[in-house]
Amino acid sequence: MNAIILSAILGVVLMFTGIFTTNKSTIRAVAVGGILLLLLANIAELRGVEFFDINTRGMLVFTKLGLLFNTIAFGATLLYFLLSARDVLEVGDNGADYFALIFFILCGVSIVSSFNTLLLLFLGIEIISIPLYILTGSDKRNLKSNEAALKYFLMGSFSTGIMLMGIVLMYGARGTFSIDPTLQIANAGRDVWYTSGLLLLFISMAFKVSAAPFHFWTPDVYDGAPTVFTSFMATIVKAAVFIAFCRLFEFSYSNSGYDWKLIVAVVIAATLLIGNITAIFQQSVKRMLAYSSIAQAGFMLFALFSTSSLSREGIILYSLGYSLATIGVFAVLIKMKDYTFEGFNGLARTQPVLAATTAIFLLSLAGIPMTIGFFAKYFMLASAVKTGTYLWLVILAIICAAISVYYYFRVIQAMYFKEGAGETVAISSVFRWLLILVAGLIILFGIFPNMILNYLYF
Amino acid sequence: MVPVLLILIPLLTGVALFAIRQEATAKSIALFSTLVSLAVMLAGMSVWNDAAHLSFNQPWIGALNSRFHFELDGMSQLLCLLTTFAFPLIIYSTWNNTYADGNRFFGLMLLSQAGLLGVFMAMDAMLFYFFWELALIPLYFLCSRWGGEKRIQVTIKFFIYTFIGSLFMLIGLILLYFKSGGSFAWADYVKLTLSAREEMTIFILLVVAFAVKMPLFPFHTWQPDTYEQSPTPVTMILSAIMAKMGVFGLLRWLAPVVPAATYQWGDNFATLAVVGMLYASFVAIKQDDLKRLVAWSSIAHIGLMILALFAPSYSGIQGIMIQMFNHGINILGMWIVVNVIEQQFGTRKISELGGLAQKAPVLTILMLIVALANIAMPLTNAFIGEFMMFNGIWGSTATKFGMIYAVAGIITIILSAVYTLRMVQNVFYGPTNERTANATDIRLNVQIALAILVVGIVLIGIYPKPILSMTSEISQQILDRMNLK
Repeated sequence: MNAIILSAILGVVLMFTGIFTTNKSTIRAVAVGGILLLLLANIAELRGVEFFDINTRGMLVFTKLGLLFNTIAFGATLLYFLLSARDVLEVGDNGADYFALIFFILCGVSIVSSFNTLLLLFLGIEIISIPLYILTGSDKRNLKSNEAALKYFLMGSFSTGIMLMGIVLMYGARGTFSIDPTLQIANAGRDVWYTSGLLLLFISMAFKVSAAPFHFWTPDVYDGAPTVFTSFMATIVKAAVFIAFCRLFEFSYSNSGYDWKLIVAVVIAATLLIGNITAIFQQSVKRMLAYSSIAQAGFMLFALFSTSSLSREGIILYSLGYSLATIGVFAVLIKMKDYTFEGFNGLARTQPVLAATTAIFLLSLAGIPMTIGFFAKYFMLASAVKTGTYLWLVILAIICAAISVYYYFRVIQAMYFKEGAGETVAISSVFRWLLILVAGLIILFGIFPNMILNYLYF
Repeated sequence: MVPVLLILIPLLTGVALFAIRQEATAKSIALFSTLVSLAVMLAGMSVWNDAAHLSFNQPWIGALNSRFHFELDGMSQLLCLLTTFAFPLIIYSTWNNTYADGNRFFGLMLLSQAGLLGVFMAMDAMLFYFFWELALIPLYFLCSRWGGEKRIQVTIKFFIYTFIGSLFMLIGLILLYFKSGGSFAWADYVKLTLSAREEMTIFILLVVAFAVKMPLFPFHTWQPDTYEQSPTPVTMILSAIMAKMGVFGLLRWLAPVVPAATYQWGDNFATLAVVGMLYASFVAIKQDDLKRLVAWSSIAHIGLMILALFAPSYSGIQGIMIQMFNHGINILGMWIVVNVIEQQFGTRKISELGGLAQKAPVLTILMLIVALANIAMPLTNAFIGEFMMFNGIWGSTATKFGMIYAVAGIITIILSAVYTLRMVQNVFYGPTNERTANATDIRLNVQIALAILVVGIVLIGIYPKPILSMTSEISQQILDRMNLK
């Protein structure tokens, strides 16, 4: 509850900051201070200290998983602000508003990580989505940005409609919005409503996490949006929707009495194949990262496939590892003058720190041991193996993981083994140290994943 | 304590070398570090040769019940000895090679040494997997950064090949983890009883990784290209040590863990090994590039070890053990010679060389002994190993076709004489040409390195007992687990 209220307040505070000052460093300081405050408030709640006592009548439930995820999301946002806040302010004239929108998104993130009724799920998803539409189109003079925003908005509203329809059907079948099975009224005659409702909900959520075959918006939107916002969209937002997806699945789907595993398995297989194979053919690193985010979503979907304690640990590690690595890669990408693979040629010579840290981020995304990306993938695969069936899906997943090595390593090859100038804009030494910090975290958690997982239980 | 030292020394030195800019200093530090590792290893085999010093067991990831568990049993000792013995020789014998960013080159070399030693000592499956990959990453960078013309395409192929293999192995290890009730310990795996179907699945998942690494025909296609394109010191690591990772994997993590499936699939894999040996030998005869010739001959030699494992007997397994060591030092000798020739003449083409014996008598004599060891002449180390393996294959109770395999295998020995001696003849004898007319003999460091290897070759060839007694216990253990004598 701390996070939800505080993030909403902070959003308003930042809007007003924009009215009173246009000084960029002030705005940045307020934003960084705000996210720090939010992070601390959330950690306090994780430790059992609640600042606000509001009776939500069971509509919100604050579990360890949700709170830990909030901590990760806010921590990642903090790093994101530290690395890229300057670039956020470069996008347009309304710097403070962008930060305000990001805080509103974080409010939505903390709602979807703790919802207990479908109504609040809907609310959370919409609070996340609407600011995102604006951020996507924030580069007003850029045609691609406008196109992306419109596309995202149209497709997004369409999926919202589908989601609402699903929720309505489920309400009709069970007489309640609650996802808690004990509160639902079983009505055998209306099972088909419930099932179709769930299916519609599944489709709209799959759209939000860009799972195939509902992924078509992703490359265009990620490519068209200003790169700093792509970074935020592809990491924290995506992981948040996954947490919501997992919560929903744990209760509703196991409760519906059908074997949903096959549907999920097919979606996973399609997502992995489309994401990975299309990523191979990209010429722009930004677009490659868009497809790779689809591919990574395929791995995260394993959490839905095998709802168990292992997969819960997995989704936490995955959100953390994927967010850290992707934020890092995007932070470097923003500094590049040329977004194609050739633009990275020879970066190791001109900017050794950038190249080395980017290499670590990419190794983590590829899931090489010693990075947190490995344990993220490990937990996902292990949870799927544990279900005892669908070994083919696991095999497919590892083949796709091997494919992903090809396109992630193309960047490493360009940086280290090819000749070129590797031009970047001016880079401050603080930025370098922050990149080293992120890379250090990736390796630290990659050797001792316990440091995160323990918080799930203690 | 010894295992921890063995991993930390190269790891920390390797990382530190990235900060040292002068190539000469970096090289000296690297050599010193590898010598210290060798000293630690030798101490571990003599004065510290007791369980307290040779094992290390601490919790690592509580949630997974995974532990930092290293142990130096007979097989690990043998392979760690090979690794720590080979690295100083590699650095010393290629002392005059120069590299751009030399400090990074040696830093990565040492990191790969840490990875390799970890693989050979890990007794925990998760740890094993960790080091298995850790050994690969530095080698990837070494090959891609300092390799030949086509290095980038070739090494990514190599990397993806082995990475797919490792991922299959990872799934196999996860399955084992659940079947053993949540344990990664090797000691638990060798006590498991699994159904035939489970063993089969796990066997297939695990064997891919090892087959790619060794490599076993038909998973070998990455190998000649990678050996050719890598800088020669890296090729030495790849063939002298990393190929042993695959054989080691079979002996540690496959045969004793899923013995029934190993028995069941034995004939298939033995046949693959025989086909691969014959195929690689014939291809080797046709090679004109020295590096490719040695690469193909390595496939043939490793094939024999695979064959001896899938047609097992005590003599055969002991043969594999000693031959892993022998093959390591023999092929190291071959690569040192190749490196000398490449550095001096700028070519590796057999057709462009000739008459070296007149100009470089010392090199020729030392090379001849190494070449004879490569074709397993009596009195050389390889004779002991290969004889024991053939003896074991012929008499194996696990297969009906032992005799056929042995005969087919012996043909490859003849073929190996064909390509090795043809190479010696064309490179070292005959008239000199304009390229080799002004050849000089090898430098002192290469002489010393080759002489050490030659002494090793002859010593083991005459008196192999120390190595055989080192591994007799673990060989027996593997056989007991497979219910064979």
